[in-house]
Amino acid sequence: MAERCDVLVIGAGPAGLAAAAAAAGQGVDVMLLDAQPRAGGQVWRHDIAHRAPRRARHALRRVAAVKRHFGIRVVDADASARMLRVEDALHAREFGWDRLILATGARELCLPFPGGTLPGVTGAGGLQALVKQGWPVSGKRVVVAGSGPLLLAAAASLRAHRARVLAIVEQAARHDVHAFARALWRWPDKLAQAVQLRARLLGVPIHYGAVVRAARGDGTLCGVEIDSAGVSVELACDHLAAGFGLVPDAGFGRLLGCELTAATQPAIRVDALQRTSVESVFAAGECCGIGGMDKARIEGAIAGHAAVGDESVARALFAARDRARRFADAVAHTFTLDPRTRTLADGETTVCRCEDVTLDALRAFHDARAAKLATRCGMGACQGRICGAALAELFGWSWHGHPRQPLFPARLASLADESLARRSCP
Amino acid sequence: MNGMVHLRIDDVAVEVAEGASVAAAIARVTPRFRLSRSGRPRGPLCGMGVCFECRVTIGGEAHALACMTPVREGMQVRTGG
Amino acid sequence: MPAYDLIVAGAGIVGAACALAAAEEGLRVAVVEPGPIGGGATAAGMGHLVAMDESPAEFALARYSLPWWEAWAEEAAAEFRRCGTLWVADDETGMVSLQARFARFAAADVACERLDAAALREAEPELAHDLAGGLRVPGDAVVYPPQVTRLMLDRVNARGGALLHRRKVVALENGGARLDDGTRLAGPVLVACGCDTPALLPELAIRPRRGHLVVTDRYPDWLHHQVVETGYAASAHGDADESVACNVQPRPGGQLLVGSSREYGRTGNAVSMSLLARMLRRCFRFLPGLARCKALRAWTGFRPATSDGLPCIGAVPSRRNVWVAAGHEGLGVTTAPGTARLFVDLLLGRAPRLDPAPYAPLRGMT
Repeated sequence: MAERCDVLVIGAGPAGLAAAAAAAGQGVDVMLLDAQPRAGGQVWRHDIAHRAPRRARHALRRVAAVKRHFGIRVVDADASARMLRVEDALHAREFGWDRLILATGARELCLPFPGGTLPGVTGAGGLQALVKQGWPVSGKRVVVAGSGPLLLAAAASLRAHRARVLAIVEQAARHDVHAFARALWRWPDKLAQAVQLRARLLGVPIHYGAVVRAARGDGTLCGVEIDSAGVSVELACDHLAAGFGLVPDAGFGRLLGCELTAATQPAIRVDALQRTSVESVFAAGECCGIGGMDKARIEGAIAGHAAVGDESVARALFAARDRARRFADAVAHTFTLDPRTRTLADGETTVCRCEDVTLDALRAFHDARAAKLATRCGMGACQGRICGAALAELFGWSWHGHPRQPLFPARLASLADESLARRSCP
Repeated sequence: MNGMVHLRIDDVAVEVAEGASVAAAIARVTPRFRLSRSGRPRGPLCGMGVCFECRVTIGGEAHALACMTPVREGMQVRTGG
Repeated sequence: MPAYDLIVAGAGIVGAACALAAAEEGLRVAVVEPGPIGGGATAAGMGHLVAMDESPAEFALARYSLPWWEAWAEEAAAEFRRCGTLWVADDETGMVSLQARFARFAAADVACERLDAAALREAEPELAHDLAGGLRVPGDAVVYPPQVTRLMLDRVNARGGALLHRRKVVALENGGARLDDGTRLAGPVLVACGCDTPALLPELAIRPRRGHLVVTDRYPDWLHHQVVETGYAASAHGDADESVACNVQPRPGGQLLVGSSREYGRTGNAVSMSLLARMLRRCFRFLPGLARCKALRAWTGFRPATSDGLPCIGAVPSRRNVWVAAGHEGLGVTTAPGTARLFVDLLLGRAPRLDPAPYAPLRGMT
């Protein structure tokens, strides 16, 4: 039997927590689901060695009474039946909703470069996430590379876990980043955060206008070559944490049939009240456009209030959301990817990590479907979540056609369950 | 949350803090989690359950995500699959 | 107007095989394909090379075709692997069907061996322990069809053939073809458009028959043969509007392809979770451990089906210089090489080595 609720929130990061808190405040039956074993999403990911930030603790307290199921993966969803199938470590189970709020967040954009598949090379947020769950970095030499504010946050986390951060390699030009910093007075809380972050990174050299040329190592990472404003620099290191910004995780929205934006990295399209094109389905946070934590929290609150019919409360938050979105636009503008970041890979560089497909093997094709059929690019376990985003940047390929179940790899038993079959008879 | 958990990674005994991920436990033994389709070593990339590069066998379950699985006492983990 | 000895509409495996056979005869060939190479039924199926014997004519075409596949065994990109087929039965009805199949194979000199329950378990330890028996056909194999199709077209190209990619034949006229960009090509036209064939040849009753497949993560050495329940076509699929049967293939990379289902009258490509669930439960009956394997994705595809289950191969009556090779349903990969030889013999006015009558395009329709 499916467990039913009034408002089902997918994702327990800042947006999902805000949505759940806003909806639950109205006495309706709210449920919160997340793939991670603990609440917090990525930005407030539980850190086994450090206390959660104050705002995270506050957000978690506000949903203390909300029913939740964590450590689940979504298998399938049906917007017309308003049903969702998930599996946990042992079982498949179903949840029914009256209103659904998607707060599925973002993934890192991992662009291919030579040596990028060596063990020891991770995403920037990727290493930060691993470290919070106990990955040992104490005394390890780490280079943080790619683009965006996440590099500084990741470097600060790594330092807090006693890693030796050798350098931050930022592709954006120094003058762009400095112009951005000078404009931060318009967002005083952001300015305070930036100052605090820089203090935590005192002594860490930041290379602007710089990219990773190659990760080096025989079997595991031992160093990186960076191009710092035209000068080649070799650094011996144990970890390279490289992320080129974030892309919306719109896959669940796609599965439900929600309209997406036409961007290179599509997001779930929402209206002013965070409603998607599908009846009774809302979306909030990074999955409807990358914009950071403040935007996510406000959008989550708007979605939560709107979902329970509190439109006036939701509308009162529009001004704050506009302000957060302006900040997001400034960040996006500052850290726009330089064309150089799309040409780091050479012909031998692995682009599809699941099927070991190189850049050379893909060049012969003019679209994703033809390339997939011939090379199996994007058809492995990650289902194109990594290489699809990269190829959208490199070749402008639109990656996703028709959504295919399961949304995440799932036991065949979870697809074969009878109750699911009953409800989806066409 | 200050307890320690004991598990075996490829028959090597490992002790990690409660709440740690299996990925963190494996990292104490080897950076190589799995072999790619053409036999090259791989380790975690995304740390959040989307890249599937950290797949290992946990308690007999093949293709389990090490970064998404919290350690439990007595766990048996196999890498290199 | 550019002239060719043969214009092939459709670069699926049947069109590509026909183009290659014609090019090998020294004909000047053009292949016209609007979508990806091998992107229709060719990509949707399993790539099982199987001595299928649901009807004498089907069996004849399969046996005629299979020897040509040996030439692809050494071509790495074809991913040819001789895994053999293991037909399995779970009850007495299945055993009767298995026995009949054995008799047909023996009479046609198809190498095979009967396995009792114990031998079955030894051959495939993951099979359910209460099955009635099996029949092993060691010569059957698998390939990766979209890639084989590309390789065939490369060979056509090497022999001077032309691939008009991202062009579509929109009309058959005056002993030639008109393309979507207005280009006219002169020469005999072979329509090999699978499910889209009736768009050019409405007189042909080829209907799309939808099927589901699931692919899993890699489980090397978990399964060794393609395991097919013996009632696959006769009792399980037959003429019913909707049916399922166990058909599981170990891919060379360790993945498992899990099928199968058949439905008429479905047009969308959305996965039917109800039919998928039925199909998987049927597979668990034979391979219970599958339930724990992880599915990466499920998809649907359309097989070009005719009412008698046989393809249409030959000249289209009442049309000048128009030929067809389509309607192979789920057996187009296996039978593409034989289809190609049969077609080329007919095109060149030679006596074919296989009786073409059962595949006559308008049989039973006039």
